[in-house]
Amino acid sequence: MTASFMILALLTVAGMAAAMGLRNAVHCVLALTVGFAGVAALYLQLGAQFVGLTQIMVYVGAVAILAVFAIMMTHSPEPVKQPAFSSQWFVGGIVAASVFAVLAWAIHSNAAFTQGLPPQPEVTVHQIGDALMHHFVLQLEIMGLLLTAALIGAVVIAMGHEEEMK
Amino acid sequence: MTHLAQLAQELDQIFVLAAHWLLSYLPAALQPLCSAILSVAAIIIVFATLFALTTWLERKGLGRMQNRYGPNRVGPFGMLQPIADGVKSLTKEDIVPITADHAVHFLAPVLLVTASFMDYAVLPIGRNMVLVNLNAGVLFFFAIGSMMELAVFMAGWSSRSKYTLLGAMRAIAQMISYEVPLVLASIVVIMQAGSLSTVSIVNMQATYSGIWPHWFVFTPWGFAGFVLFMVAATAESNRSPFDLPEGESEIIAGYYTEYSGFKFALFFLGEYIGMFATSGMAITLFLGGWSAPFSFLTWVPSYVWFFAKLLAIISVFIWIRGTLPRLRMDQLMNLAWEFMLPMTLLNLLTAGIWHFMPAGSSRWLVCSTMVVVPCILLSRGLKHRKKFQVRTYHYSE
Repeated sequence: MTASFMILALLTVAGMAAAMGLRNAVHCVLALTVGFAGVAALYLQLGAQFVGLTQIMVYVGAVAILAVFAIMMTHSPEPVKQPAFSSQWFVGGIVAASVFAVLAWAIHSNAAFTQGLPPQPEVTVHQIGDALMHHFVLQLEIMGLLLTAALIGAVVIAMGHEEEMK
Repeated sequence: MTHLAQLAQELDQIFVLAAHWLLSYLPAALQPLCSAILSVAAIIIVFATLFALTTWLERKGLGRMQNRYGPNRVGPFGMLQPIADGVKSLTKEDIVPITADHAVHFLAPVLLVTASFMDYAVLPIGRNMVLVNLNAGVLFFFAIGSMMELAVFMAGWSSRSKYTLLGAMRAIAQMISYEVPLVLASIVVIMQAGSLSTVSIVNMQATYSGIWPHWFVFTPWGFAGFVLFMVAATAESNRSPFDLPEGESEIIAGYYTEYSGFKFALFFLGEYIGMFATSGMAITLFLGGWSAPFSFLTWVPSYVWFFAKLLAIISVFIWIRGTLPRLRMDQLMNLAWEFMLPMTLLNLLTAGIWHFMPAGSSRWLVCSTMVVVPCILLSRGLKHRKKFQVRTYHYSE
């Protein structure tokens, strides 16, 4: 466990915790972005450049902006006057603790944990591209089709709205 | 002769050698850290100086185009104006609106400047002169670039002013729209080079046939890609004619209206640094990075070529700013989605065909036609639909 890992993990956890705890919705999204960036930095630290940079591009560059816009356009910027903790925080705590316990047990009982990690593979972007274009090309195409359908759907909804306005 | 060649080579590597020499005095454990700090400091100093030079050059150039002198009071030809401006912005009162969201208001310029400087990490500004050679360098560049939108939003939202909010909305809408053609225009180079590493992209272009270099801009798809990339880059850096987010006559200074003193200067800095970085990426991808334009000029140090190209692009930016009027919001969006996007997609196809056709003049003919004809048809078609007419102003008659 290196120092950089500790810093990044703290940053990620702090960001995610702030995203749940802060009162102002826009602050929450900004804190969430810090969390996303922390996760991306963890990927980079593990040597997964493509995944890490894509995480920044998609989550920090697109998802955060989208969320911020959605909040700004639908929600008043005033903080909501509700207590930060839900009345059922105890139940939530139990669920969270049990999920954590299951994950920790699964990782702990894994062979890789006891026998030590296998040597880190050198995965270049080139190999990822090759895999996507040869082995996983069908999956990639299906994803593309799905996203295109979503895009067309969004355009259709937006167009209908425009006609109503006229 | 060999002596001269060796001298040229040493001059080319002078900064790398100097860094090695400095580091050799340090214990081995500290060397990686100090090497990184040294390179980062060099990048910050060099590009901040270039920023100061550019503000002076821009004001002089615009002044020349508008029949006035430009700055001419501080130093010879007003050259010390940037220093005076710096001192002024440092000594000015830092006003934060009472209603502003103080933490976010403070963090926005910090994030903007940090993100724009981070772009330089993957730009090869000379032979062996790159901070990190990531094998996903181009992806890193665009990922960091997308962080700037968040800084713009933070500035606009936290100021609690209608001008800043409108400016931020315009800026983000524009940056998101033009990021698509920006990335798609650069993909042609990645397809051809087969690599996302900026260093290997430049190395591929730094070879010569006869005296001519193998820059990607000297191919039909490369030329189209370069033009599209530069148009998108102009919009990305909010420069005229795409300066709607900060159009002075419309929304004061856009998203940074409520900033004063040094924070305003930081926004200014961030914007210019971002512009240099995008221009540097255009040089890396299309104009051969640090490589010389002719094979007999390779003795000139590589970093000289990089900065010469950068200054040339900056001059074009200034020239365009002094020449073109600002677009309207709908024109801006139409240009991005109706012209730029189809052209970049078509350019991808052209690059693919170029790759699979045998080298020769037939390849040139087919690919040039594929770029030029749709460009003319598309622009004519869009123009036809818009029904442009000569505008006559009521009072000018």
